[in-house]
Amino acid sequence: MSADNRRRKAEHIRHLLDTEGDSVHENTRVFNEGRYESTADLDDYEALKDEARAIKEDAIERLPELVDEVTEAIEDNGGTVYVADDAADANRYITEVVDGRNAVKSKSMTSEEIEVNDALEASGANVWETDLAEFVLQIADEAPSHIVAPAIHKSREEIAALFNEVFEPEEPLETAEELTRFAREYLGEKILDAEVGMTGANFVTADTGTLALVTSEGNARKCVQATDTHVAVAGVEKVVPSVEDLQPFVELIGRSGTGQDITSYVSLFTPPGDSPTFGGGDEGGPGDDRELGPGDDRDFHLVLIDNGRMEMREDDQLRETLYCIRCSACANSCANFQHVGGHAFGGETYSGGIATGWEAGVHGEDSAAEFNDLCTGCSRCVNQCPVKIDIPWINTVVRDRINRGKDGDLDFLVEGLTPDEEPGGVDPQKRLFGNFDTLAKLGSAFAPLSNWVAQAGPARSLMERTLGVDSRRELPRFERESLVDWFEARGPRVGPDEARRRVALYPDAYTNYVRTERGKAAVRVLEALDVRVDIPAAGESGRAPLSQGMVATAQSNAEAVYDALAPAVAAGRDVVVIEPSDLAMFNREYERLLEEDSYEALDGHSYEIMEYVYGLLENGADVDALPDGDGERVAYHSHCQQRTLDLEPYTTAVLEDAGFDVTTSDVECCGMAGSFGYKSEYYELSVDVGESLVDQFTTDDTADRTVVASGTSCLEQLDALLTRRPAHPVRLLDGR
Amino acid sequence: MSAEPIATFESSLDEIDVDLVRTTADRFESALAPLLDAPAVGAPLPFENVSLPDAVETDPTVAELEAAATGVTAAGYGIADYGSVVIQGGADGEEPVSLYADEHVAVIAASDVLPDMDATFDRLAEDIRGGTGQAIVATGPSATADMGALVKGAHGPIDVTVVLLEDA
Repeated sequence: MSADNRRRKAEHIRHLLDTEGDSVHENTRVFNEGRYESTADLDDYEALKDEARAIKEDAIERLPELVDEVTEAIEDNGGTVYVADDAADANRYITEVVDGRNAVKSKSMTSEEIEVNDALEASGANVWETDLAEFVLQIADEAPSHIVAPAIHKSREEIAALFNEVFEPEEPLETAEELTRFAREYLGEKILDAEVGMTGANFVTADTGTLALVTSEGNARKCVQATDTHVAVAGVEKVVPSVEDLQPFVELIGRSGTGQDITSYVSLFTPPGDSPTFGGGDEGGPGDDRELGPGDDRDFHLVLIDNGRMEMREDDQLRETLYCIRCSACANSCANFQHVGGHAFGGETYSGGIATGWEAGVHGEDSAAEFNDLCTGCSRCVNQCPVKIDIPWINTVVRDRINRGKDGDLDFLVEGLTPDEEPGGVDPQKRLFGNFDTLAKLGSAFAPLSNWVAQAGPARSLMERTLGVDSRRELPRFERESLVDWFEARGPRVGPDEARRRVALYPDAYTNYVRTERGKAAVRVLEALDVRVDIPAAGESGRAPLSQGMVATAQSNAEAVYDALAPAVAAGRDVVVIEPSDLAMFNREYERLLEEDSYEALDGHSYEIMEYVYGLLENGADVDALPDGDGERVAYHSHCQQRTLDLEPYTTAVLEDAGFDVTTSDVECCGMAGSFGYKSEYYELSVDVGESLVDQFTTDDTADRTVVASGTSCLEQLDALLTRRPAHPVRLLDGR
Repeated sequence: MSAEPIATFESSLDEIDVDLVRTTADRFESALAPLLDAPAVGAPLPFENVSLPDAVETDPTVAELEAAATGVTAAGYGIADYGSVVIQGGADGEEPVSLYADEHVAVIAASDVLPDMDATFDRLAEDIRGGTGQAIVATGPSATADMGALVKGAHGPIDVTVVLLEDA
């Protein structure tokens, strides 16, 4: 990306933070908290997710057969099914069916994808969005910023101002009730006048041809009931085998999305329906003495949209995207999304974490490339997805493809000069951060000179111009003596015979070259608990290149790390990891990067440092061997990936056991996310996200607490934004 | 039918602010009377010895539907875990009646209250295969948060009341 493009991107983000950020943040916060509460009420949340996932896996596997089955079922019921190759094909068909008549629509992201409203209006038909948020956007001529609540970026005041300007009501509208009542009446007349009702479908059952629509307002029901012709538009992936299969989705979708146990209406239509119709026409309004017409002559058309989906189905990396039920959990649980919303974190149609998969599949990689970097791989969405899609992985794979897309394989000169496994087209900024290991090695070898040079004004402005490293960020200061060198000179202090356990402490690149003090503290704490420590000279885990979409380099790093740690694992030693993002690599991504046996061996023996201390204390080690916290008040920020692995409670438990008074943050991510906060185009967003964490650590209860955080990035962010200097929690346990 | 799903149904309805009126077939009319704000519309009820009073219009015009304060329909099932009612049927107007009036009164037989979503979908699947064209799992009144705050009563009813026929 050129410096100009970076500046433009930063400006766009800044504009959205200023204009839409507050509304998006407030609304996604409600959804996010609601989801945690609502899913906690389920006895069998994990089992339901597994069930939902299995149904989708099976459905996508058998999709061609299910499409045939649903076509037969709907034709038997008296309806028509049209499978459209792409948007143009769908629009041509729908335009012919609508034939210039008035249409009313309920919310459908798939209809946004094909932009059917434009096609219908061009053919002379009137189309009204009856979902209130879509109605607002139709009036404002804006695009959705959220896949479930499309006008989430607009405040009540803005909507009121818009309505008052456009409709000029006698009494200006102000409250949400007034706005809702006005829109209901206005759209009620449109519904009376309409002859065609258009809906989407959250699910379509192959066995009976039933559409399941998950809604709250009642407008979808009205659009279907009032009109003579029902056109439903759905992605072809929405087909599930049977009516019974709907149950886990019905229980999960509202909880996962807006945090409601269930939305007001889950409509199961098996069209054509026979409810009495209003029959369209122009009378409308109060005093309309029209009789309801018989509903037994309704037309029904199901338009199933391919538009790239069948190719996604053949793509081993993108296929999972088709399991998505568009609940928005990945958007609501995403710190970046919470702050900037879907107008930045979205492509042509879709927004949020999974949008990268959708956009790459239906609109192409260019659309995905617009926002894909906003996924930092923090993984907070992973446990929230009701069909267990590995959303960060999809973002990584697409980033890799984007990296390789342009001039990728030709630039052998550049390729020959870099230490990684990537082709020439990779953006230099990504390449810089992806090769952090090499950078850190050099930085350490030439420290402190390298630190002086790097921090100097001319170097910083050059780095900002050429690499997009924001000069407002302090750069890491490399230590001259690495942790590995320190330990090699020092040696282990617990004899093999007196050792309770033997561990290999993994020297992640940051701990090894930058934050050696936490590595040394970890060594001393383990030794105080009678553990014999070794530090094998293992390199960077692959997290740094992976986060830049440099999958081949990540894989090569992963293999080298495995080779370095395998002897210790084979000798029955435990691997202890300080940096949570690297433990998360071992636990999650290595499954995709290493041979199955290697992955299982390493994952099965790896522990986060505080998790390991917890285990030692639970198994006979004496907490009195560690310094007494003596009631010291501590504010702890766990790391995003650590929380995804459910490892936060160990740190809290150990600190409390050692006598500390602990309170924790509950933001999804600190906003730093490795290299993200260094990038000049994202610096301000990163700080905006970080401010939410700072707010939690500057309350009356927390302002005087010692701040600890597990992740390197979190420590850097907190260090930059707080006046207190934060540390890794293991340092509180270090008696030195 | 054991008492358990009914008790759960009642507490689930309470959580979503839906009133439950318990009655029996012979006391139905007097139980319904205070719930009927005029003008009222309705769809014929399928329960034995239970019918709608004459004041309830069962063949409304479009204007009468739009003006209705109360709409009375049967519900095919109740779902105890969620406090949902399942509105089934079509040709008799269950859909517009339950949708346009300010308040929807759903009449349900105690024996049709099912414990959970699993049991409900087994029954719904059976019904759909048997030709029941439409089933709306309705939970509380219509609602929207699209106008900057949560509002009860969007395009559909503002209020819901459930009448439970204990002997049906």
